[in-house]
Amino acid sequence: MLYFSKLRIILVSLVTLFLVFIASSNFFDSENSLISKRINLGLDLQGGSYLLLEIDNGPIEIQKLQYTTTFIRNYLKDKKVIFTDLRIEDKSIFFNTTEKDIKIIESFFIDKESEINPYYNQYKSHQFDLTIIKNEFKLTLSKYGLIDIKTSSQDQAIEIVRRRVDEVGTNEPNILKRGNNRILVELPGLDDPMRIKSLLGKTANLTFRFVTKKSNDTFGVETLQFEDGANEALVSKRIILNGENLLDAQPQMNNQTNETVVSFTLDRVGAKRFGKATRNGIGKQLAIVLDGKIVSAPVIRDAILSGSGQISGNFTFQSATDLALLLRSGALPAPLNIIEERTVGPDLGQDSINAGVFALLIGFLLVIIFMFIKYKIFGLIANVTLLVNLFLLVGILTIFEATLTLPGIAGIILTVGMAVDANVLIFERIKEEFKSEKNNIIAFDTGYIKSRTAILDANVTTLIAAIILFFMGSGPVKGFSVTLAVGIFTTLFSVYFIARMLTSFYVVKNKEKVDLI
Amino acid sequence: MINFNKFYKLFNIISACLIVISILLLFFKGLNFGVDFKGGTLIELRANDKKINVISLRDSFNNMNLGNINVKKFGNENDFLIKIEKKDRSASSIEVIKKNLSDNLSASFNFRRVENVGPKVSSELLKSGIIAIVLSLAAMLFYIWIRFEWQFSLGAILALFHDVIVTLGLFSLFALEINLSIVAAVLTIVGYSMNDTVVIYDRVRENLKKFSEIKIFELTNISINETLSRTIITSVTTLLALISIYLFGGEVLKGFSLAMIMGVIFGTYSSIYIANPILVKLRVSQKTILKEDNE
Repeated sequence: MLYFSKLRIILVSLVTLFLVFIASSNFFDSENSLISKRINLGLDLQGGSYLLLEIDNGPIEIQKLQYTTTFIRNYLKDKKVIFTDLRIEDKSIFFNTTEKDIKIIESFFIDKESEINPYYNQYKSHQFDLTIIKNEFKLTLSKYGLIDIKTSSQDQAIEIVRRRVDEVGTNEPNILKRGNNRILVELPGLDDPMRIKSLLGKTANLTFRFVTKKSNDTFGVETLQFEDGANEALVSKRIILNGENLLDAQPQMNNQTNETVVSFTLDRVGAKRFGKATRNGIGKQLAIVLDGKIVSAPVIRDAILSGSGQISGNFTFQSATDLALLLRSGALPAPLNIIEERTVGPDLGQDSINAGVFALLIGFLLVIIFMFIKYKIFGLIANVTLLVNLFLLVGILTIFEATLTLPGIAGIILTVGMAVDANVLIFERIKEEFKSEKNNIIAFDTGYIKSRTAILDANVTTLIAAIILFFMGSGPVKGFSVTLAVGIFTTLFSVYFIARMLTSFYVVKNKEKVDLI
Repeated sequence: MINFNKFYKLFNIISACLIVISILLLFFKGLNFGVDFKGGTLIELRANDKKINVISLRDSFNNMNLGNINVKKFGNENDFLIKIEKKDRSASSIEVIKKNLSDNLSASFNFRRVENVGPKVSSELLKSGIIAIVLSLAAMLFYIWIRFEWQFSLGAILALFHDVIVTLGLFSLFALEINLSIVAAVLTIVGYSMNDTVVIYDRVRENLKKFSEIKIFELTNISINETLSRTIITSVTTLLALISIYLFGGEVLKGFSLAMIMGVIFGTYSSIYIANPILVKLRVSQKTILKEDNE
């Protein structure tokens, strides 16, 4: 029936006006408009950096194995069972035992209350998988043990990344987890990510250790290079202080030497330990080690009891500022690698917007001219519908504060091209109906009804493609799928409510006219 | 009425040839994968000096020993696109490249876009791209199977397969770059081609119910003709929109819109000359669709 109830007319008009209003708020300053919602521009349009970081969990796994090995050694000694040849090989812990102790030791590991091999209730799995071959025990991190390590290192790392990015002070950064070992960092408006990249690339593991001459130190020793790469020194493995004891760090000018230094303040525990170590170690060299390299190794002249000190090294003001920032934000649990980087300068983004909007205008113009020539008054109706459709699409994207990307703009233009399809299907069907039906109203009605299945099927298939694209696609392509999918719904709405209403008004008014379409 | 069915055989042979040639091209020549799928670095730069050209840039980059390099003009007079197939990721950073470049050529450069994709990410992107295309083909197959009969489903999928393969074949032939947006384009082609096929199929089904005495060979022809004006008008409006993206939408969207333009043309062709002859081959008749209604 070509009849529309008053209620329906009012509802459709209200929805349309509402969305057009929302859509138009994108074109005015936010202070003057009532609605603060806006379409977000993707990084490819507003410029900015996209960084995908992967956490290198290898070192953490090894740490975990070392820690567990020590724990097992003490535990088994405590339980007075016999074990020999406790070692780490191929990311597994091995040890041997005697025939009679196998059962007892096995129970230590497979018990649900096990202290040395924690049981995860939610995964129904232990931290380590146990295999026993003859007298040899082999412990390997289980699937869930690995997941546990990964998620906890990801949780820590994302926190540190957030702090470091915040300290640099970029506007509205977006920091998200990806999988269980990746972190996505989006930095809108940042066209030179060099500083952030170098900040995120450092683990910032700070330790204070004594330089030693004897290679038989009880804690073990290692040879470390200085930052300049020219010298090296033998350093004890005993850690006097590490970054966790730091309360604050700031870059500073040392007035006496005219050098840039990083001054730091220690917490109470740190201050105590530092005081004790410096009192006992007067005359010794204290190496300040950052990520395995010696920054400097000053000679201790006095006991430092105040809990504050300075790190000198060949700093520029910038590098001192960065080091202070890294020390303040804390150490990453594991190194991060940048595995994907996309940066778009702001001027290219603006160029893309201009080109996209221009293409949209031209495409729209071509389509409406074509439709008008082809269908005259009904072409006009289709064109009005198309215009409203565009506003509806933009309005809905605004409500959801969707992100518009360059492919997203292409999606809108494509919607313009394909949106007329539904109207064309209907109009062509009506034309056919006129061959056998002389009554205008009935011909229009039948045309609408008979074309419905084709329109439905055609749009559902496109929607399927858009949905799959949304779930499988990444970044900009996702934006395309969103506009495509929303475009399908707005098209159906505008064709079946707006265009149909306008058509029915016209047809009812001209029911006697011949060759209506 | 145009006798489309007169050319079923001829175009079937042509389509088969196109598919075979495309597969051979894909197999032997392969696709020109961009950094998204192959890994490496892409730099779009704008030189602030008119003297800079492709040759001087290429020389300068070659001096940096970055491995395989591809330099080409990109849109504007002074815009260039550089692709570096970097094997060793740590070899040199963007900052070093930028400095070397301005020292070498004594000009300043604006790096408008930098994309750096590691080998792990690129292989994942490729995998998810292929999965997306296969998944969408499967989903459509399923949808058509539910809405129509399996014969229709088969016809539609073969038509889709043809469109995707031939479009990729052309990309291979002209060594056009395959990147993330091309995957989006291919999926949209899949949607569009399906759209077109479904409209004709819908009419075939309607006519099958109406005329029991007309053979499917004739029936497909009638249905194609009845929906022909719609097919043409929609293709034209879609192409108008796409051509305007191709011409004015900027360099980044060129590949995307080109793939779509090819896809729309093939999609329109395949709905007529692949989807329909399949119905003829499978001897679809009134019984095929009435069976369902009786069950």
